[in-house]
Amino acid sequence: MTETMATNGTTTGSRGSRVLGAATLLGLATLLLFAFGLTEADIRLHPTTGEEIGQFDAVRLLYLHVPLAVFTYVAFVLCAFASAGYLIRRTPWFDTMAHAAAEVGTVFCGLVLVTGSIWGRPVWNTWWEWGDVRLMTTLVLFLMFTGYLALRRATVDPRAAARRGAVVALVAVLDLPLVNRSVEWWENRTLHQKSTLGELKIQDLTLFTLMLGFLVFGLVLAWLLLHRFRVGWLEREDAEHGIAADIAERRAAIDEGDVDAAVGEGT
Amino acid sequence: MTHLGYLIAGWGIALGTFAVYALSVVRRGRDPARRVPAERSRWLTAPGADAGNRG
Repeated sequence: MTETMATNGTTTGSRGSRVLGAATLLGLATLLLFAFGLTEADIRLHPTTGEEIGQFDAVRLLYLHVPLAVFTYVAFVLCAFASAGYLIRRTPWFDTMAHAAAEVGTVFCGLVLVTGSIWGRPVWNTWWEWGDVRLMTTLVLFLMFTGYLALRRATVDPRAAARRGAVVALVAVLDLPLVNRSVEWWENRTLHQKSTLGELKIQDLTLFTLMLGFLVFGLVLAWLLLHRFRVGWLEREDAEHGIAADIAERRAAIDEGDVDAAVGEGT
Repeated sequence: MTHLGYLIAGWGIALGTFAVYALSVVRRGRDPARRVPAERSRWLTAPGADAGNRG
């Protein structure tokens, strides 16, 4: 076992995960510096009236909201691949990874909804719009993966939980293309704009800070996935080790009982 | 700075949630990490980790 993968035996941490954690914290501090200190607010002048328009300082929430949304996709796609892998190979690695990715992805997805709502209030003048297709498909995605986690907790047999969870994840992930393409397919039924990055409507420091946001929240996702995977693995091994120990103890007790019985017959 | 309350709420909730979740994951791993033998604590080193039908 390499030093990088080794642990001190009482935590899910390792030298590699500590380096990753330190890089993540450093990245978060740098992102905050850029998002709040070095970038400008979004203020433009109306071409005819000359009035100030734009998102003003609310744009600083997008350095958080957009990367969270992208890494929600990444986590749920990873969950879907791992779920498919489990149904094909039936190995614990795939199931543990699928469960970890679903849980971390659900945290990301919940934060996408919350930060989007907080951004929408000053920019769109509304906290929530029930008719907005992207909001609704994202809410459905969140609820489906919350259901996935609830199903896994409610199912006692771990094999049945893994199998049912994998099927639910593969169904739930079908919502992802709807979330992503909703602004193109139903452009009259959403407040969201089309992809800003795809058409490169932003540039310079704003673009750099957004890219930094992608890097930093990618590190956050990696750190959380690594630790959540290790927790899932340890819990599985703990359960199996505990059962194996119980069986060994029971066998020893039975064997001892036989000897006692045999000794009793002889005397 | 405009919209300061929204900025604090958005960033504060997100970073706070990540911090609480990260701590809960680390704490959740402590008990099983103490009980599971070292050679089984990582999938790379666990015997039979790639075997099918284990769960």
